[in-house]
Amino acid sequence: MRPQTRWLSLVSACGAVLLLGSVSPAPAQETHVGSLTGRAGAGKPLYTRYCAGCHGDDGDAQGENAQWIDPKPRDFTTGTFKCRSTPSGSLPTDQDLFNSVTRGFVTTNMPPWVALTAQNRVDVVSYIKTFSSRWQRARPGTPITIPPEPAPTIQSILHGRELYQRMECWKCHGPAGHGDGPSAKTLTDSKDDPIRPYNFQTGSRFMCGTTNQDLYRIFMTGLDGSPMPSFDDQLKPADAWDLVHFLRTLQPLKTPEATIWRAWFTTHGRELKPIGQEGGGQ
Amino acid sequence: MVRRFLKAAAPLATLLCAAMAPNRAGITARSYTAAYAALTTRIPAFARKYGLRCSACHTAWPELSAFGQRFKDNGYQLGNDRDSPIWQSNAYWPIAMRTTPQWRLENTTNQVTDAAPAGKTLTQAGFDLSGVDFLLLGTLYKDITFGLVPTLDADGTTGLEAAFVRFDNLGNSPWANLKVGKFELDNLLSEKRITWLSANGGFLYAYHFLPVGSANNFGFGDNQIGAEFSGHSINSYTRYSVSLLTADDGTPGVPGGKSMDAMFTASRAFALGSGVGPQRVGVFGYLGHRPTVFDSSGGAPIPGTGSANKSFVRFGATAQLWVGNLELIPLVSHASDDAALGPGADKPAWNTALLEAHYVATPRLLVQGRYEIVRMSKQGDPVIPKTQGNADALTFGVRAYPFMFSRDGMALHAEFAMTKTIGTVPLSGDGSGVDPVSPTTVVWSRSLLLAFDFAF
Repeated sequence: MRPQTRWLSLVSACGAVLLLGSVSPAPAQETHVGSLTGRAGAGKPLYTRYCAGCHGDDGDAQGENAQWIDPKPRDFTTGTFKCRSTPSGSLPTDQDLFNSVTRGFVTTNMPPWVALTAQNRVDVVSYIKTFSSRWQRARPGTPITIPPEPAPTIQSILHGRELYQRMECWKCHGPAGHGDGPSAKTLTDSKDDPIRPYNFQTGSRFMCGTTNQDLYRIFMTGLDGSPMPSFDDQLKPADAWDLVHFLRTLQPLKTPEATIWRAWFTTHGRELKPIGQEGGGQ
Repeated sequence: MVRRFLKAAAPLATLLCAAMAPNRAGITARSYTAAYAALTTRIPAFARKYGLRCSACHTAWPELSAFGQRFKDNGYQLGNDRDSPIWQSNAYWPIAMRTTPQWRLENTTNQVTDAAPAGKTLTQAGFDLSGVDFLLLGTLYKDITFGLVPTLDADGTTGLEAAFVRFDNLGNSPWANLKVGKFELDNLLSEKRITWLSANGGFLYAYHFLPVGSANNFGFGDNQIGAEFSGHSINSYTRYSVSLLTADDGTPGVPGGKSMDAMFTASRAFALGSGVGPQRVGVFGYLGHRPTVFDSSGGAPIPGTGSANKSFVRFGATAQLWVGNLELIPLVSHASDDAALGPGADKPAWNTALLEAHYVATPRLLVQGRYEIVRMSKQGDPVIPKTQGNADALTFGVRAYPFMFSRDGMALHAEFAMTKTIGTVPLSGDGSGVDPVSPTTVVWSRSLLLAFDFAF
């Protein structure tokens, strides 16, 4: 081989290495949440200890307890996650996964793992990300922007109620938000397992958080893998906030929205059309 | 001291050979049943209820992990709205059972017998049973917890180890919980969830030691009857409890006296390092009373009429520290009794210290050791030798869990424990159970235990 040819080969090899390095996504073995860095190697024994019984040693939701659990545990090999701050169809951020592990999921068997140290939780998240090749191929989406929440008023609540009717939320969640709409019994998730819509009577927590911002985020990102779609392209931010304010009145809680609603309802309740097939929502 | 222990352990091979010979004494350690009254607790019923592996709540069962501690503090509720019994299948029943078939060997020196009033070495060995704990714990409703632990000893006697109801998260605050009934004290180093099973290793001297001639009957490790008000942060890293307890060491019936005991605990955990759990430090204190005078009938004291109560105190500090998979649990305490509680005109006082180490290689393999000392700082009677009652205890063990599901669990348990007591029988009661002839005689007691520890 002539010297020029060897030199050219060396440069080409270096270029190929650099090129490959530049297109590879950030290593999925690491997770960054705040100042913490999680590592999959440290997360593996923690996953085995705490998670594998349901989610399975391979993250495929085939743990020994999975058959007894309803709803079924998350299948990490699909790389699909319900609770995200990112647009529908995109990967969640590390913070999203960390929040899910910390918070747990209401009305499921997934408990809050808040008793684990934050470092432990970040390490577990790192390991969870090794189960799907999606993490190798793509980066997490960009979190959606949540505009400031306007103060709740009876007008916003009534408009939210109208949207609840018009957007046909009631078909799944039921006219009173009890999760008993006409479509409720037919719903399945992305793995064809039956899934129930959220019942707003169950308490203070939603699937992905407890605050009005969390509820807003659920509308706008959807719950991937479930029938709950993203309404990002159908709802303007102001409309979404109105819907949030109305949904808060369906919960058995003393919220500002519920206080406004009850005060108005005692004098104007008869004016309302019922929500449902024949209803108008106003 | 450790070297002396190792020297004392040398006859182990002899003991094994002795175990092959018929047990001429035919005596079982008198307090072995009592040891298992303190049988450790692990509750597969919860694992079945929630679908979690044992390892979620236990570093190596039965010891609680930080997650398990929070679960317990929250009234055996995970907090995911699946806690109320209404969520459970009708077939679910919140009961688990635990027992431990085993082979064990006990060897104790300087034991007084009929044929050897000056003392001899006694060796006792054979297959044995632990009895059964029935663990019934769960929720009656959201934020209302119950606990019931009947026990069935291997000889057929029954007991009631625990029976309580707990109102959780009063005012929707984790800082306010009220428990009433018979229950384990809020000990950071729990003797109910201890990973030791042998006669000499299954007790903590810090929790049960009493000086020579004491009329006190209190033991930290004994379940007590009363009310406990407790609280914790959301993640249970900060915890406290205050208890008012009847002055009868957990014995049911009308309390012996009219006063109450009081206990206080507080601990704080810090998320430092990347160990299996957080780093926790805690303190505890107990102010107790025992009556010294009773109304009597026919010379027998009438229950519940005790008066002239005399006090005793226990206080100390403990920690739970993690370095990777290595857990270190130090505990120091000081104790003193009123002179009227015996044996003389002075107030006896003593100190204890222990260091327990667990290496949790995996959730299915635990290697452990413990060293504990008791030192009398003041005897209740000047004629009692200063060292009488001093004790040293050293224990090693391995627990392997061949499988670990949410339905049941089993541990292969091997343990060697030995104690050195001066002028007294070991806490295990091994041997003849009689104090040696001389108050300065050293008694060595050794336990070897091989067991199948299972719960289902």
